[in-house]
Amino acid sequence: MNITLKIQRYNPETDDAPYFKEYSVDVEPTARVLDALMQVKEYQDNTIAFRKSCAHGVCGSDAMRINGKEGLACKTLVQSVTESDGDTILIEPLRNFPVQRDLIVDQTALFVKYKEIKPFLINDEPVKEKERLQSQEERMQFDDSINCILCSSCYSACPVVGEGKGFLGPAAIVQAFRFISDTRDKGFEARLPILDKPDGVWPCENHFECTKQCPRSILVTKRINQTKNMIKKYHKEKAED
Amino acid sequence: MIHEYDAVIIGAGGAGLYAALEASKKSKTAVLSKLYPVRSHTGAAQGGISAALGNVEEDKPEWHAYDTVKGGDYLVDQDAALVLSEEAVQAVYDLENRGLPFNRTPEGKIDQRRFGGHTRNFGEAAVRRACYAADRTGHTILQTLYQQCIKNNVSFYDEFQVLDVIIDGNRCGGVVAIEIATGEIHTFKAKAVMFATGGFGRMFKITSNAYANTGDGPAVLARRGIPLEDMEFFQFHPTGISGMGILITEGVRGEGGILRNSKGERFMEVYAPTLLDLAPRDMVARAITTEVLEGRGILGNKKIDDYVYLDATGLGKELLESKLPDITDFCKTYLGIDPAEKPIPVQPTAHYGMGGIPTDVHGRVIIDDKNTACEGLYAAGECACVSIHGANRLGTNSLLDLVVFGRRAGIHIASYVKDADLIAVPDDADRYARDWIEGLTCKGKAGEAGRIAEEMKVSMMQNVGIYRNEKNMGKAVSKIKELREEYKGLGVSDKTKNFNTELLELIELKNLLDTAFITAESAKNRKESRGAHSREDYPDRNDDEWLKHTLATLDGDEVKIGYKTVDISRFEPKPRVY
Repeated sequence: MNITLKIQRYNPETDDAPYFKEYSVDVEPTARVLDALMQVKEYQDNTIAFRKSCAHGVCGSDAMRINGKEGLACKTLVQSVTESDGDTILIEPLRNFPVQRDLIVDQTALFVKYKEIKPFLINDEPVKEKERLQSQEERMQFDDSINCILCSSCYSACPVVGEGKGFLGPAAIVQAFRFISDTRDKGFEARLPILDKPDGVWPCENHFECTKQCPRSILVTKRINQTKNMIKKYHKEKAED
Repeated sequence: MIHEYDAVIIGAGGAGLYAALEASKKSKTAVLSKLYPVRSHTGAAQGGISAALGNVEEDKPEWHAYDTVKGGDYLVDQDAALVLSEEAVQAVYDLENRGLPFNRTPEGKIDQRRFGGHTRNFGEAAVRRACYAADRTGHTILQTLYQQCIKNNVSFYDEFQVLDVIIDGNRCGGVVAIEIATGEIHTFKAKAVMFATGGFGRMFKITSNAYANTGDGPAVLARRGIPLEDMEFFQFHPTGISGMGILITEGVRGEGGILRNSKGERFMEVYAPTLLDLAPRDMVARAITTEVLEGRGILGNKKIDDYVYLDATGLGKELLESKLPDITDFCKTYLGIDPAEKPIPVQPTAHYGMGGIPTDVHGRVIIDDKNTACEGLYAAGECACVSIHGANRLGTNSLLDLVVFGRRAGIHIASYVKDADLIAVPDDADRYARDWIEGLTCKGKAGEAGRIAEEMKVSMMQNVGIYRNEKNMGKAVSKIKELREEYKGLGVSDKTKNFNTELLELIELKNLLDTAFITAESAKNRKESRGAHSREDYPDRNDDEWLKHTLATLDGDEVKIGYKTVDISRFEPKPRVY
């Protein structure tokens, strides 16, 4: 089918402001949006810049806004964002990050927040067995949170992040949940000062945009609420002591 | 800009990160990566990491070593295979202790499942050896190692593309790289340099590999006269999604999935009566190709792009969701089918280079047939060749390779740099890199790179694929020579500096052309069939003449072939049946 890609372009070296450019391309309806982008880049306009790597939705490089919704270009099929021949797909960079060029954004802010929550197992006790034992049920408690590929879609989708007031944000909280709900981890109190500060978990207003846009199907909002509840329970128990 | 470090590691997948963890404990270490580290292709590995833990049934490292050697059609260095299988056990426990979320047995131990070519008691039957985190094992390894690097304050230079290595005589003194965000060329002086740049599957048309897998490390070293080992052995994974190449883990068959032809027959009964669908990958890939060429593919047109079915409908929704959730997701996303209800159309996909930069068991790069090491130069992971995979890698042994040999290289680097000095690096050490980039940005003709890349991929797929012969490989060699010549006139249309991805792709194209050239020449030279190298004109393995590693040296427009002996000190080479 023939489609038009309407792509937001911006090169700070040569452009004063972002603008849109349209490209006509023939692709199979089952092609990935990334395939369409590559066809344009290789055969029509080599200057378009975007990140890419695995091409099947597991590395998180090519998160962008496709028809106004966050998604991975390699996990979005052309037929899922078009209805008929001649349709236009609108391609924009993620929101809430500085645009470095075209569809490439500076994700430093996300990685800073990720690092803040101490994204590693905290447990100084010596291991008694060869492995730390964990039941199947305990393991499944944080199962979907290990899927996060730090693609930044949720930071782009979140209206609270968009307010620009320093909210810790969805992916970092999911990563914190991944550890504090892992029975092997002893770092709840170490992470508490980051999670429990005013711009930690509390600004989340349950818009569910992160959950809707997560390309890894993580129940992000639910994990944020579970984290809030763990903090409340901790304070309640402390108060009762 | 000029930097100075004790150690510089190129690549932030499993091998690079593990080495960085070890090296940075005792030395000033930097990791250069063309991607954000969490985007590395280690994260795409699905099914598992093998270790003879014996958590669900009896198992022994020696059985694992035997399977690795036999799986590699006896081209494996057996001393290295023993290191791999013996250190596997502690390596997996270390990952678990550092937080890796393995699936669990009912007793709470690390769960294990079956995988191709892994057997009990020297080939009796399939054994449960693969430790796994659903079908996201590579992702969890990459995450765990990156998290440990954060904990230990490892220094990263993200989105730096390596261009050249500085070697003086028999000693490495650093690397030259381009910063993708600015176009600036940096020189990193270092006592030790390690390459962990991953694979080069993008030289083929249908591949499971990421766009980033362009053989950067092997190509950079080859251009500096370092030989590459056993490049003719390239693994085609039997089950890629038809037409797309996206990997469907062997874990599907490990959990009970069955390959079927157009008649619904379980055709692996004919090719591997004992291990059936869990025979090693080279055999299963050939079996699928034979079924297709004989007209028993699903379309029945005898054409190479026909496919067979991977039937996982007997596994049940619950197992698919809990142990193979990503596979279920891929099938729904890319094929619009639920694997619990419908079979998956699959065909072989270019997956893994067994060959690469020759190293010893400490990750030191070897430069000749006498096992002479280049001082201060290291490699590990898919870009390296220890050789533990020989002529065909077993599933799950790649993740194991990363952690065992990434760690070993890191430990060796840490002790080496203590007593070593930086070598005197001349001011114009970046001359080659600057000339290359200047040629691409100032002089060359734009708009041809896409076509050249496509012609390379098609020629490699058609002529240096699963079945090979003299005539076809000769065609590939001529084509690649022609394309390498054309490359010399190429340039960019984009003259700007920041995130010039057109320039990046031209750099990667050169690396692919050079590694493809060495692959095709090495394949054409080896006149026997062994493991993944299957020749129609020489259908048998020939130990008398060919039980030896290839060492291929790039010399301008030619490839010079030499050889190196194989360590066969433990298991006597035998015919390979399953």
